[in-house]
Amino acid sequence: MSSPTLVSPPTPAITTAVPLTKKILTADHPTWCPGCGDFAVLASFYRVLEKLQYPHEKIVTFAGIGCSSRFPYFVNTHGGHYIHGRALPFAAGISLGNDDLHVFVFGGDGDGFSIGGNHLVHTARKNVNLTYVIMDNSVYGLTKKQTSPTSPIGFKTKTDPTGAIDQPINPMRTLLNTGATFVARSHATQVNHMVEMMTRAAKHPGFSVVEILSECVEFYAGAFDSSIPRKGGTWSLIQEKKNDGTPEDADRHDVTDEVAAFKLAGQAWPGSFGVFYENNVRKTKNVLEAELVTKARERTKNATDLQLLQATFAKMR
Amino acid sequence: MVSPNTPETPGGAAAPSAAPRSIHDVVIRLAGNSQDGIQSVGGFLARLAGRSDQDVMTYMTIPSTISGGPSIFQVRMGTGDILSSGDRADMLVAFYQHSYDAHISSLRPGGVLLYDSDHVTPVEGDNRFTQVAVPITSGTVEAVGGAGKDKGKNIYILGLIARVFDLDVQKLAALIKERFGGKNEDIVRNAMLAFDAGYAWPQNNLHDLFYRFEAIDLATRASGRPQVTMDGNQALAYGLLAAGVRHGAGYPITPWSSIMETLRTELPKYGGLFVQCEDEIAAISTAIGFSYTGHLAITGSAGPGLSLKMEALGWATMAEMPLIVVNVQRGGPSTGMPTNVEQSDLLQAIYGSHGDTPRVVLSPKNVEDCFYIAMEACRIARTYSTPVIILSDMALASRIEAFDEPDFPKLMVDPKADLSDRGADFKPYPLDAITRHAPPGSKIGSGKYPTVTGLEHDELGHPTGSSKLHTQMTAKRREKIKKLGASLPSPELNGDSSGEVLLVTWGSTWGPGLEALKRINTAGVKGGHLHLRHIHPLPDGLEDIFNRYHKIVVAEINDEGLYGFGQLAMMLRARYANPAIVSVTKTDGLTFKISEIVAGVARHIESAHLDASLGVAQHSALAKN
Repeated sequence: MSSPTLVSPPTPAITTAVPLTKKILTADHPTWCPGCGDFAVLASFYRVLEKLQYPHEKIVTFAGIGCSSRFPYFVNTHGGHYIHGRALPFAAGISLGNDDLHVFVFGGDGDGFSIGGNHLVHTARKNVNLTYVIMDNSVYGLTKKQTSPTSPIGFKTKTDPTGAIDQPINPMRTLLNTGATFVARSHATQVNHMVEMMTRAAKHPGFSVVEILSECVEFYAGAFDSSIPRKGGTWSLIQEKKNDGTPEDADRHDVTDEVAAFKLAGQAWPGSFGVFYENNVRKTKNVLEAELVTKARERTKNATDLQLLQATFAKMR
Repeated sequence: MVSPNTPETPGGAAAPSAAPRSIHDVVIRLAGNSQDGIQSVGGFLARLAGRSDQDVMTYMTIPSTISGGPSIFQVRMGTGDILSSGDRADMLVAFYQHSYDAHISSLRPGGVLLYDSDHVTPVEGDNRFTQVAVPITSGTVEAVGGAGKDKGKNIYILGLIARVFDLDVQKLAALIKERFGGKNEDIVRNAMLAFDAGYAWPQNNLHDLFYRFEAIDLATRASGRPQVTMDGNQALAYGLLAAGVRHGAGYPITPWSSIMETLRTELPKYGGLFVQCEDEIAAISTAIGFSYTGHLAITGSAGPGLSLKMEALGWATMAEMPLIVVNVQRGGPSTGMPTNVEQSDLLQAIYGSHGDTPRVVLSPKNVEDCFYIAMEACRIARTYSTPVIILSDMALASRIEAFDEPDFPKLMVDPKADLSDRGADFKPYPLDAITRHAPPGSKIGSGKYPTVTGLEHDELGHPTGSSKLHTQMTAKRREKIKKLGASLPSPELNGDSSGEVLLVTWGSTWGPGLEALKRINTAGVKGGHLHLRHIHPLPDGLEDIFNRYHKIVVAEINDEGLYGFGQLAMMLRARYANPAIVSVTKTDGLTFKISEIVAGVARHIESAHLDASLGVAQHSALAKN
């Protein structure tokens, strides 16, 4: 039997006992504009990886197209930069191709809710085990200010010079509708909160998505000021149910309650931040596919590949 | 279980008046409605031929409507090479008046018409054919009885054909048992009752219409392995399995779907998986994702779906990711003729997408070749880290052929991904070597992890705006495909090695091309037949071959376009700047008839001997002397 892959010359085994640090994880210098919210997301992601300490070679950072999708070049892990809107199905291939990997996908509101909207729905409903971070700036930045699917009505862009007229997407309601099993919302000015949300998303078995409001200082400055306290806004954090029997616990949010999550998603702008919904019961596609393999292997009594093909062809004589 | 009558113990009283006549091959067309199960009769005959070491080729049309509608199945079986499904039929079985009306013109003079006397009234006194009224419906109802009505007509006809052509009844009975064995005993019993009734009928009703195929020269079956019978989509799917493909993704579209259905069913047994995606773009994206993890993956579609995959295909070329893309061509553009055949995606396969995207395009010549070309595509994709497109077509996808079982122990490829540690000098895109990706999960000695990207990049995969690097990387992507071209074997050349005309074909037009050459040579015209399996890159040395003939006639099933040349012809003219290259094309949605190719060649060469009727047997092999 010949080996399908061309094996590189034997190299001594690499021992990476050194812990992952920001220094190790830093790659190219970001190409973002000074003051861009995405810097804070990147800094938080380094901290997430420092916390989780996954084996370096098993981390994959992937993205589509857009300002935020440059992300993988700035993180020193296996990774890639794919085409516009299609990073999720690609990442599904990565996750299902090697279940040992920790797969993170980064993208913007155009990538996630516009050109890639259909992929978001289907990757979520299949509950592929990966984490998706949507850095929402409510504008197309890389192409220099066109209307995005989350641009509010009245927002003036080069494609809507008199102000946007189309109803924007409600990201949280959309995400809950997809059937994603972990849905959270954060803000690029809240580093600790981003770290917590992304860490929980990474640990969640299944499709986890975090929407992060990340300001575009160049084309939509001040877009998210209404949730920044030092700019006069309100930072409204979701209080999660502790099941401690206290009277105040009754008013706290049950993350397993889908209806309650939809209620949160329907709040007036700027709404709340935190975990909206979490479902740890639904099996991941990774598990379901593995079960199919197990059943098929049982039925065929663990026959070798050669025996299987020969038996199939014997039936076609 | 009722055992069928065997030829040794004829059930009827009167013996046939004449001994069976020996024939080389026969074309039988069954015409009915799609719910009559005529496909399964064709399937039984094809598999029987395979088990009897006979060659066989089938041809079917399935209506693109959801259920019902007229449907035909044509099977050509016989001794020795069967290269095409036959221009016209020797025997027509007409189940309904509309079947008779639509297909009587496909019967050769001297051929045999078997019509259901319960449904069909043929033109009276039409003495071009031997007309035989068979009580197909009432005979079946009488034999099977009960509430099944006319269910089983197909098996009745199968029995009748078995008697007329002296087929191996034991083997047929075994096939029927295998086919219906999983169901309840009544179904097998009813099937055998219908079969016996059909088998018994000719004894007293057909006086001299008994035939026997010429004996097989077993020396031509040198492989020592038994024959298997399947369609081109199955052969392709199993070729991928043998080549170690364990991952794939797709979206349903005719006529590709049966490949994904086979793989979805088979792959879990091999520890793999096939994902049905939300659309064509997601399918190719998921497949490239699999390939990125070190598992060469497959996606596929038909023409419109390939168009949807083009942007991602451009990425795979830029990122140099191995990938198999199957395109089972059908009539286009758009939804076009979704259940007909056409070879009109050639230029899309080679030049589709955006930017400079040199890629590999292969095309199988027959059902057996679907298996081997799948294996070759995988070898090329892995060796050159490149997407490879396999251009099959509707004709190959849906027809059944018998071929020697592949030598699996020799052919099997280990599917293991290479996650070994990479050295400190690892670069995903070295300028002086072919790309070898390090899948995620493999450690990189330098500690600098690679990025795979659709942006132009340096050797480490980092984006670059350098014009020098874009020139160098474009050349890197081009040169590896040229290197492949230089390594390809010379294509198959049949007939005279120089002469008046060289007939060139690609894809499923191989068989009709080769048969056409025989007729051309029979007419005294010196000529050869060249068949291209490697469409892009082309193998070296074609200009020398072309220079040995006065005319190079490229026969392909697509339109002559604005400038009078089919798609391959256009490409060959551009590549070799040889004005002797001319075109024979057609767009009727059907495979080439031999006579169409011969007529096309005759138009291009000045030969008094050559016309469309050349070498065609005017009368059916079944004609009474």
